[in-house]
Amino acid sequence: MDYSVVQQCMHCGMCLPTCPTYVETKRERNSPRGRIAWMRAIADGEAEVDKPFADEIYDCLGCLACVTACPAGVDYAQLFEAARADVEEHDAAGPGQRVFWRWLAVKTIFMHPRLLRLVGRGLYAYQASGLQSLVRKSGLLRLLPKRLVDLEPQAPDICKRFSHQLIRPVESPTEMERRLQPMTRTPESEAGSQTHSTDTDSTAKARRSGTPTAKARRSGTHPTAEARRSGTHRTAEAGRSVYRVGLLTGCVQDLAFSDINRDTADVLLHNNCTVVTPAVQPCCGSLHAHNGELELAKKLARQQINLFKPETLDAIISNAGGCGSHLKTYGHLLAEDPAYAERGKEWDRKLKDIHEWLVEIDFTPPTASPGDVEPITYHESCHLCHGQKIRLQPRKILDAIPNLTRVELKESDWCCGSAGIYNITRPETSAKLLDRKLEHIEATGSTTIATSNPGCHLQIQNGLKKSGKKAIVRHPISLLADAYRKTPLHQESTSA
Amino acid sequence: MGTTTESTLIDELRALLAANQLLTDPADIRPYGFDGTAGLKGTAAAVVFPNCTEEVAAIVKLAAKYDTAIVTRGTGTGLSGGCVPSEHSIVICTVEMNRILETDTQNLTMLVEPGVITKEIDEASAAHNLFYPPDPSSMKISTIGGNVANNSGGLRGLKYGVTRDYVMGLEVVTADGTVQWLGGKCVKDVAGYSLRDVFIGSEGTLGLITKILIKLIPRPKAKSTLLATFPSMQQAAETVSSIIAAQIIPCTLEFLDRKTIRCVEDFAKVGLPDCEALLFMETDGHPVVVAEEAEAMEAIARKCGATEVTRAKDDFHAIQLATARRSAFSALARIRPTTILEDATVPRSKLVEMVSFIEATAKKYDLQIATFGHMGDGNLHPTFLTDERDHKEMERVEEAMKAIFDFTIQLGGTITGEHGVGLAKRKFLPTQFDAGSYALLSKIKGSLDPHNRLNPGKIFDLDLRPVDHG
Repeated sequence: MDYSVVQQCMHCGMCLPTCPTYVETKRERNSPRGRIAWMRAIADGEAEVDKPFADEIYDCLGCLACVTACPAGVDYAQLFEAARADVEEHDAAGPGQRVFWRWLAVKTIFMHPRLLRLVGRGLYAYQASGLQSLVRKSGLLRLLPKRLVDLEPQAPDICKRFSHQLIRPVESPTEMERRLQPMTRTPESEAGSQTHSTDTDSTAKARRSGTPTAKARRSGTHPTAEARRSGTHRTAEAGRSVYRVGLLTGCVQDLAFSDINRDTADVLLHNNCTVVTPAVQPCCGSLHAHNGELELAKKLARQQINLFKPETLDAIISNAGGCGSHLKTYGHLLAEDPAYAERGKEWDRKLKDIHEWLVEIDFTPPTASPGDVEPITYHESCHLCHGQKIRLQPRKILDAIPNLTRVELKESDWCCGSAGIYNITRPETSAKLLDRKLEHIEATGSTTIATSNPGCHLQIQNGLKKSGKKAIVRHPISLLADAYRKTPLHQESTSA
Repeated sequence: MGTTTESTLIDELRALLAANQLLTDPADIRPYGFDGTAGLKGTAAAVVFPNCTEEVAAIVKLAAKYDTAIVTRGTGTGLSGGCVPSEHSIVICTVEMNRILETDTQNLTMLVEPGVITKEIDEASAAHNLFYPPDPSSMKISTIGGNVANNSGGLRGLKYGVTRDYVMGLEVVTADGTVQWLGGKCVKDVAGYSLRDVFIGSEGTLGLITKILIKLIPRPKAKSTLLATFPSMQQAAETVSSIIAAQIIPCTLEFLDRKTIRCVEDFAKVGLPDCEALLFMETDGHPVVVAEEAEAMEAIARKCGATEVTRAKDDFHAIQLATARRSAFSALARIRPTTILEDATVPRSKLVEMVSFIEATAKKYDLQIATFGHMGDGNLHPTFLTDERDHKEMERVEEAMKAIFDFTIQLGGTITGEHGVGLAKRKFLPTQFDAGSYALLSKIKGSLDPHNRLNPGKIFDLDLRPVDHG
C-alpha cells in the first residue's frame, strides 16, 4: 500500500454522496473514506488484512465515482487494486467455491483467448441449438448449485461469429469504400492531399512522436479540421487513410457483441483510419487487476504491447469503458519493468477510447438517421466517465446523429451494478443498483439506451428483459455506424 | 467506565435497537473516529443510529444510567474535531433521521430532522420558489443538525447571515434524556430567554438536536456572478473593504490566493485565470438592483487594481464556479500530505492588515500557507500545507498558528468564524475570552449537563468542582 496515497485522503467526506454503497447503507465503513481509513489502519499496523477487510474491499464496486468527487485528488483506483492484491496475497478472502471460480475465470479462461473463444463457442451451441430452452424447461437446472442457477439467465447471448470472423487483420478506408459503399470519387481537396497516405512524412513523424493528432493539428495538416475551416470538406477525403489505428476487440465484447467491434471498425474506416485488428487478442487484464492478480495483469499487458506494437500505430482504440480505463494504466503497471516501462508509457499515450478519438480527429457527422431509435438516453459506463473522464464525447457523437432526440438520464454516472463481475459476486447490491438505474431509464421514456461498456450493456439489457420492457441497449458507435450506413455519400458532400 | 459496565450498556442498547442500528465491531466504528479535521481521532465504544426522537431520548437515558459520554455526529464533515469521539463514548449518528416533516408555505417554514442533508433543504425549498441561504462548502453532504450545532456559515453569509439566522425552533434532548421544544413559528417571540439560541452553536455539549424548524425566504429572482483577478492579495482585500464601504452588500465576496487557485483549477477545470488573487463576487435579488450592483462592484474592483473582471456566462457557469470555490479546502490537499485549515476572522476594515500578516508569517516560519475564504465576512481560511510526520515543521506550524491567532485577536477578531472550537481550537479560546466570560461558559454547561456527559472536552474543559460544590 502506497502510504502517501492513503495519506492524501483528508477525510473531508465529499466522496460520500457519490458512493453507491455508502448511499445504500449510510454506514461509513462502506464509503470511500471509510475504506481508505481501513487501509491506513493496516498501513499503520493497527489492523490486519483479514476476512472482514477482504469482504469490504470486494463490496466496493470500484466504480471510481469517488475519484471524480475527490477534490484532494486521491488515486483511489490505485488503492483499490493494491488492496485487492493484498487480500489475495494474504489469502484473506477465505476458501470455498470462490477459489475454484477464481481459478477457472481469472487464472484460466481469461488468460487464454483461444480457450475463452472455445467456451464462448460452447455457450453459443448451448443457446443456439435449443438445448438452453430444453434445459430450462426440463428442470435440470435445479440440480445445479443455487448460485449457478441464478447466473444462468445472466449469461450473455453469444454471437454466431466472433470479431476475427468479422474484421480482417488490416482494413483500410479505400477497401471499405469498395466493399461497402461503391461511390464515385470526386477530386481530392487541396487540404487533404498532403496527408492522404499513411506513410507520408508528417504522419510517420507524428507517429514516432506519439502525439499524432496534436502534431497534425499544429502543422495544419489535419485534413478534416483543415478542410472544415477552409470550407472545402468533400467526399474526396473519404477513402483516404490518414491514421493507422489498432482495434482492441475485448473479451466479452468479442463473444457477445462482436457486431459492435465491426461497427467500430466501420466508423474508424469512415473517418480515414486504417484499422489493424489482430485476430487473437489477449484479455486486457482489467479483470485480473481488479481482482487482486496484478502479476497476471502485467503479463497480459506485456502480451498486448508485443502484439499491437504501439510504435507502429497512431492510436490504439478501445470501445469498452472498463477495458479502456485499465488499458490506459499499462505505464503505471509496468513502471518497474525496464524492458516495458517506456513502451507502456507510449501505449498509454496512444490508447484512446473510441469516442475520445473520434472527437479528437473531428469525426464526420452523418447526415442520415440510423432508423427508429428515438427517444434515446445515455448511461455512462463508470470507467468511461470516472475512470477515463470521458463524458462529453459520447454525448457529442449521439447529438451529431440527425433526428435523434437525446434525453439526459438522471444519475447517468451512477453505477448500474454490473461493475465487472460484481453482479456475480454481490448479486443483491447489484440488483438494487440495477433497479435504481431502470427506474431512471423509465422516467426518460426512452426506447433506446446507449452505453459504451459490455458489462453495463448486458446488465441493463438483462434488467429490461426481466422487467418486460421493450427498450433496447445500443453502443453509441453502433448507432453512428448505422447512421453512416444510411448516409448516401453524395449527400454528405453537399451538406458539409 | 469499566469493561463490564460498557458491555452491559451495549447489551441494553442491543435490546433497545434493531441490529443495523448498533455498531460495536472495531472495523465498523473506526471510520467514526474522525471528521474532516487533520490529525484528530478517537475511539468510541459503539455507534448508534436512532430513527426518532424517542430512541435518542432512550439512548441518552441509558448513557446517563451507565455514566457514559455521548458524542453526536451527522456525516462527520466538521473542521474542528467537534464530533471526534472521546474514549469509550457512545456516538449517536443522526443520518437515519433524515425526513423533511413539513413545508409550511403560509408561514415560510420547514420542519426537518437533523440528518437531512443541507443541500436537500435548499432543493426542497426551491420547489416552492423558496430559499434556504446558508451554504457551507460541504453542503452536498453536511447535515442540518451539524450545521445548527456548529452555527455554520457559508459563501452567502455576507448578505444572508449564518445558520442561526434561519432557525426558528428546535426540539432538543437534554442530558437527562428529556425532550424539550424551544421556539416556534412566530416571527416575534420574547417570552423568556431565547433558549433555542443557547443550543445553536453549542457543538453538542448542551443537548442533542432532534428537530429543526427552519425559516425560509423568497428565492431571489436574479443573480450576477463576477470574477476579478488581481496582481496582489492586498488589492483584492482592498476591493472587498471598498465595496462594503460603498454600502453594497453582495451575497458573496469570496477570495482565493494563487496556490488555492492552482489546486482548485487542477480539480475542477473551470478555467480559473492565472493570477495572485481572485475575487469571486455574486449579487442577487431584484434584476434592476443586481445589474446596478454588479456594475458598481466591477468599477470598484478596477479602481483597486483588478487586471481583469469577467462575468459568468450563464447559470451553469456560475454554479460551476461556486462549486469549484467550495472544493478549495479539499483541493489544497493536492500539495502536501497534511492540510490544516484555520478560520481566523477579523472586522472587514482590517482585511488588508490580516492578509499581509499571514503572508509575512508564512515567510517567517518557512511554511506554505494558502489563503482563501469569505472575504466579505472578514472570514479567512489560512491553510497550512504541511506533513504531520515532519515533527520539526509541525512545531513551526504550531508557532505560526499561535501568531496568527494572537494577531487576529489583537485586531478585534475571532479565532473561529464558522468552523467551531471543537478540539482543534480549544486551547486558543481562553486568549479570546476574559476570565469572567470564559467562566460563564462553564456555568452554562454545568447547569445543563452537570455530569459532563454530552460531548465532553469540546470547546473547553469543564471544571466540575464549582458545580459539585454549588
